[in-house]
Amino acid sequence: MAHDENKNRFSEGCAGCAAREVVDVGKRSFIGAALGAGSMLIGAIVGAPLFRFVLYPVYAKGTTEQWSNVGDASEFGKSDGPVSKTVSLVQRDGWREVVSDQSVYVSRDQNGQLQVMSAICPHLGCSVAWQASQGKFVCPCHGGQFRPDGTHISGPPPRGLDILKAQVKDGKLQVQFKYFRSNVPDQESLG
Amino acid sequence: MSNESNEPMPARKGIANRMFDWFDERTGVKELMHTVLHEPIPGGARLAYVFGSGLLFIFLLQVVTGVSLALYYTPTAETAHTSVAYITKQVAGGAFLRSLHSYGSSAMIVVLGLHFLQTFLYGSYKGRRELLWISGALLSFLVLGMGFTGYLLPWDQKAYFATAVGTNVAGEMPLIGNLLTRLMRGGDTIGTLTVSRFYVAHVFLIPCSIVLFICAHIFLFRKAGPAGPANEDPIHPKLAPEPFYPRQVLFDMGFVLLIMAALAGLAYLRPVTLGPIANPADTHFLPRPEWYYLPMFEWLKFWEGSKVVIGIVVVPGLLAMAFFLMPFLDRRLERMPWRRPIPALAVALVVLGMVFLGVKSQLDDKQGSIAEQLALQADQEKAYTAAPFQPYVESKDVVAVALPAGPVSPLVAAGRGIFNQRGCSGCHGALGTGTTLAPSLVGVTAKFEHEQLVALLRNPSPRMRAGHMPSVDASPDDMSALLAYLGVLGTSAANLPEEHHVPLERIRLGVSRVRITPQKSDFVAVAGPAAGSSNSLPTSVAVTPPDTKGSNTIESVAAGQKLFLKRGCFTCHGRGGVGGAAPALAPLVAQLSDSQLREVLEKPTAKMKEGGMPPVEVTSEELEMLLSYLRTLPAPRQ
Repeated sequence: MAHDENKNRFSEGCAGCAAREVVDVGKRSFIGAALGAGSMLIGAIVGAPLFRFVLYPVYAKGTTEQWSNVGDASEFGKSDGPVSKTVSLVQRDGWREVVSDQSVYVSRDQNGQLQVMSAICPHLGCSVAWQASQGKFVCPCHGGQFRPDGTHISGPPPRGLDILKAQVKDGKLQVQFKYFRSNVPDQESLG
Repeated sequence: MSNESNEPMPARKGIANRMFDWFDERTGVKELMHTVLHEPIPGGARLAYVFGSGLLFIFLLQVVTGVSLALYYTPTAETAHTSVAYITKQVAGGAFLRSLHSYGSSAMIVVLGLHFLQTFLYGSYKGRRELLWISGALLSFLVLGMGFTGYLLPWDQKAYFATAVGTNVAGEMPLIGNLLTRLMRGGDTIGTLTVSRFYVAHVFLIPCSIVLFICAHIFLFRKAGPAGPANEDPIHPKLAPEPFYPRQVLFDMGFVLLIMAALAGLAYLRPVTLGPIANPADTHFLPRPEWYYLPMFEWLKFWEGSKVVIGIVVVPGLLAMAFFLMPFLDRRLERMPWRRPIPALAVALVVLGMVFLGVKSQLDDKQGSIAEQLALQADQEKAYTAAPFQPYVESKDVVAVALPAGPVSPLVAAGRGIFNQRGCSGCHGALGTGTTLAPSLVGVTAKFEHEQLVALLRNPSPRMRAGHMPSVDASPDDMSALLAYLGVLGTSAANLPEEHHVPLERIRLGVSRVRITPQKSDFVAVAGPAAGSSNSLPTSVAVTPPDTKGSNTIESVAAGQKLFLKRGCFTCHGRGGVGGAAPALAPLVAQLSDSQLREVLEKPTAKMKEGGMPPVEVTSEELEMLLSYLRTLPAPRQ
């Protein structure tokens, strides 16, 4: 068998092999270093763009600020409690653009001004529901509670409900919907 | 290999050494490395042996870049193109990695060719190496399959049409052809199922087979041992051997670095482009396969009718068979290429034939109208690649949520009417989303100020003019309506609600009905000779069959089409002559003889002039080309 012969030739009678196997340590480490450098060069040429490629969505800028209509400013009476509303906003989702619906609450702040709050709990992101019978917001997940104006009453959330930037333009209440980092004491906008 | 046979080794110093020894005792990695690196090469290391390692490297590179592309790519007809555009235009490093992957596929073919030539010239398949050769031959075909399946995935114009041709070629196979085509396409047409199928083949089936056969190839190679130079005995090597490490490893590394440098340089300096999205309705697109399929592409031009089977099946089949069975056909142990003249001449003939066909196909494409159309396509591809990325918008119903549900403003509706009547839709597409002739207008109102846009429409820039954009001479009211419509492009408001919705075809026909309906009575007036001429048209002319004995070749038709675009005929008569501000051409052309056509083109009738038709001032040669193009126009759908 050719294979066996090769093996024998190599292990026993291969003068050339034996001579070449005795490579002095200096030369051997130089070859090793050259091969290592070559491999690292290739790794860098492919690896660096690959690294940026994979990380791109992590650092990509989010959707630009946009105003979504909440409704007519006149429909929110003075004395009523918070009103649940759905706003639509165009969001970039990778290579597609989608229209997503988000829940917000319209209420009045302590000065009686209209304000729009995100329904996302600042604790861990559950959807907070308005309990009209109790006159407060209660998070169904971990029991966080908030006053009608969004300020924190009790439970694990580290801050009150997030107030969104809002304005009244031509009689319409508009809001800039945003996501905020959860479970931190200060409001920190994402994207 | 077993743990027991190992003599207890004296503990080495240093934590790294000790960890390595611990690892080695459990895995035998040292011995494995020894086996890998100390393969004896009869006659010693040579530069000629680097190609196999080169192929392995390119394959690994393709796997790495391919997997990274799959991070963003989606295999559906709807989204594939957008996701590739996203990779190319938006994602950091995306253009580079996609280019590496694309050029890598070409490099694979080049190095594969070199590996084949080296092993063939050295007669390395001799001496019990038949299976080694056959596994290599199989790998070659799998690599070609990777090129074919990968070409469709970006779903741009060239991808679509090249795949249409490629799958049709398979359809020429006797008996199973039709089934094969339908199997590849996932039905009769190329669509989203085709993308899925090609994707699965490209990322799962073929790569897995390649890995399998690479293992077999390497195993069989180690089993038989390297064949050494051509003067070596392939079964009982006599030359002094040299281990694979270090010299051959260094040679291989040098070659691999060369490949890497070439690919990275190309990818960086000349990143690959992405054409506009596949548009199956485009009747003018000239598909061209990847360069390594050009010989086959050219070859198929020689075969017509019932002989196609010979060109597509018999000859390539025989060649493939000869390729696979090379070790059985060339059985003597003699390895020197000049001492086995028949195989050497046969291979030289095939290789030279392929080079000839490839070069010929390139030269054919450098001629006249084909070259112009290909240049046009290349420009469109460049322009599309340079244009900013546009995200894929979910279905129109979803968008409608964001927009007021009320009726579309009359201004927008009027603007839409103007957009269609003026033939803007002819090039910019029915919904202004762009075609191969002109770019998308979605978002154009955000890009330019109102006044700027009006100025551009009235006085197009040189670049716009070069693309055959005419100046839009509209009243201020019409202009603001047009701009209102441009402003809603890309939203559901651009699609009028059903009750307002008039299909494009009907708008066009409606317009032509008002202006000049191609009815016979009217028609004679349109087509009749200029006033004062005694040569009046007999009505029987109307049914004269087209005079097609002229030079109605593909080239002249393509040249005529080019003229049609260049002269701006399409701005009124619509792209493909389907009608717009001026009537559809097919019914008119069908009723005129060539000489009558020539006459009305050179000297339009009073009625035609009234409608804005200028005399067509071209050389008589160009006029013939225009004619042959007009003769090919399909009748509009009623």
